[in-house]
Amino acid sequence: MLDGTTAEIKPREALRINPAKTCQPIGAMYAALGIHGCMPHSHGSQGCCAYHRSHLTRHFKEPVVATSSSFTEGASVFGGLANMTQALSNIFTIYDPKIVAVHTTCLSEVIGDDIPMMIKKATEEGIIPAGKVVIHANTPSFVGSHVTGFASMVTAMVKYLSESSGKTEAQLKDEPQLNIIPGYIDPADMRELKRIIKEMGVKTVLFPDTSGVLDLPQDGRYRMFPSGGATIEQIKSAGDSVGTIALGHFASHPAAEKLDEKCNVPCALLELPYGLTNTDRFIHALRNHGGVDVPGTLGEERGRLLDAMGDMHQYFHGKRVAIAGDPDHVIALTQFLVELDMKPAYVITGSSGNHFEQRVTEILKDQAPEAIVKQNSDLFALHQWIKNQPVDLLIGNTYCKYIAHVEKIPFVRFGFPVLDRMGHRYFPGVGYMGALRLMEKINDALLDHKDRECPEETFELIQ
Amino acid sequence: MRKIAIYGKGGIGKSTTTQNTVAGLAEMGHKVMVVGCDPKADSTRLLLGGLSQRSVLDTLREEGEDVELADIRNGGFCNTLCVESGGPEPGVGCAGRGIITSINMLEQLGAYDASENLNYVFYDVLGDVVCGGFAMPIRDGKAEEIYIVCSGEMMAMYAANNICKGILKFATNGKVRLGGLICNSRKVDNERQMIEQFAKLLGTQMIHFVPRDNDVQRAEINRKTVIEWNPKCGQADEYRALAKAIDQNTNFVIPRPLPMPELEKLLMEFGLYN
Repeated sequence: MLDGTTAEIKPREALRINPAKTCQPIGAMYAALGIHGCMPHSHGSQGCCAYHRSHLTRHFKEPVVATSSSFTEGASVFGGLANMTQALSNIFTIYDPKIVAVHTTCLSEVIGDDIPMMIKKATEEGIIPAGKVVIHANTPSFVGSHVTGFASMVTAMVKYLSESSGKTEAQLKDEPQLNIIPGYIDPADMRELKRIIKEMGVKTVLFPDTSGVLDLPQDGRYRMFPSGGATIEQIKSAGDSVGTIALGHFASHPAAEKLDEKCNVPCALLELPYGLTNTDRFIHALRNHGGVDVPGTLGEERGRLLDAMGDMHQYFHGKRVAIAGDPDHVIALTQFLVELDMKPAYVITGSSGNHFEQRVTEILKDQAPEAIVKQNSDLFALHQWIKNQPVDLLIGNTYCKYIAHVEKIPFVRFGFPVLDRMGHRYFPGVGYMGALRLMEKINDALLDHKDRECPEETFELIQ
Repeated sequence: MRKIAIYGKGGIGKSTTTQNTVAGLAEMGHKVMVVGCDPKADSTRLLLGGLSQRSVLDTLREEGEDVELADIRNGGFCNTLCVESGGPEPGVGCAGRGIITSINMLEQLGAYDASENLNYVFYDVLGDVVCGGFAMPIRDGKAEEIYIVCSGEMMAMYAANNICKGILKFATNGKVRLGGLICNSRKVDNERQMIEQFAKLLGTQMIHFVPRDNDVQRAEINRKTVIEWNPKCGQADEYRALAKAIDQNTNFVIPRPLPMPELEKLLMEFGLYN
């Protein structure tokens, strides 16, 4: 499969091979599913919508609902207004969601469809029933990545829905509420964040929230709009919160900044809570902004993680690691690997943004200053570097398995999408318990590999 | 801040009229930014004294997405600020998308922020509103006033009428309004009266009649606006008068485009068909 990849690196500029990113609308669609009773709507041709739905389904193993404006040749010549109007009319008549979240596609972006005008027109013509809401985000796939699309849709939630109700500070202080913008993480991770928040005893609004939407128990019944998701009222009330904790520079910070600008809600801009330090920072922010103490139970979880890090240090220490994935995930994971005393050697993302290289370089400056750190990169480049100087471990999404297979290196699946394993759907990676799970996966991969490949004379019962 | 878009038939003199008018407004002490929305990138040549500017899209192509405002915005005559959107070579790519990209980029970079203290933004838009991209400057929240440059020639009036159809679509759902017709004279018989009548039928006004004068060409050869080239000539006063009329204009309407027979009747009445 990738046997033909050469070690010789030739300069290339306008070519990406095996990209480490996907389309903007995938992120927008995923974010939209984190609103309760929401129908994501793809303004474009049917193929876009079908691909985005199936990609999400392959990762979550749940049905993903979404509608399409079903562009034809005519719509691309005459503009998509008629299709949008018909679609909104059909959606509210047939599926009756509480809210429709429209995202665009490359085609509708190129022909320049003006979505706010279309929504306004549909409102005036009575196509959007009273009490129902339509929001939108522009998601051209020829810029950014699925992370950009996710961030834009979360920002759209703030733009369209969040409001300051004019409550006085004293009224708000009586029952202070914090906003948590969780970033592009799995439903199991969102569920874990909510567990930690509950342990801390802070009142929060978490949006988007896909737990209870894309991790449903089987009870024999299909619900198009499951009970999970942040409600419109909750997102509205985010404008009255005392603060926002936003996790991830790329996926969450733009929405938090918009909320600060629109409703004057101050924000703490953190990284995703993977690993020890980043979970500490998250809990610290909850404590500061929520005005609560950290309960002993969380202290114990942290202690168990620390204990494991000490116990297993010999297996992690000095191991060279290649990491590929979405920028927020990779930044936080790099931090954790440094805490485990590993040596990140190649750290890449397919998304663009100078912050990625600056931040990762900063994290690695003492422990692995020689690491190659690249934004807007691809898996082919990563493979070539590995061929030149091998690594002990590869961490990334499922697409990385081709490299792991041909190079025979231990591989841990992490991030989006994971299409060929099941754990991410049930077990979180965030928080102290999530960090333990990540450690376990890394440790298993390293030791399984050794058990399988090592010569007889070094084969030991206890490695 | 007043946000103005200038439309009109290709070759009618939109860029020339825009820049000369902007020079008049700048001379009055207004802070003005001109955004050229033409792939030819020649909308700010007179203000800048030459086609020296690198367009937004050239900068994007050569330097990637991390562009800074200083890379794409140049200072011109009388402290005006000039931006050229630019676009693809003739016959390839999508110029409309280029305009969407560059206006989005200007917004992201804060070119319209209150801290810039702008009194006016002018969008100089190529030809007819042929596709969604060319309507970008008049979407909700962007340009709110439109002036159409036309003359007494039939095709120019036909184009102006067609542009009104575009405005109508956006005006009914947003804040954009037609501020008037600027007649850039081609010395057609009864031109002033005909355009005044045409404006009236559209529900608007002829905001100024710019007479034909070779001083405009002389100034253009010298890469200058008329006001800069010869501030004392009569044509400079014409542009000052147009600038003043726009500055004081309060007549903003949703246009009523004419059906074809009515437009032809107008031409008959004013003697063009004789």
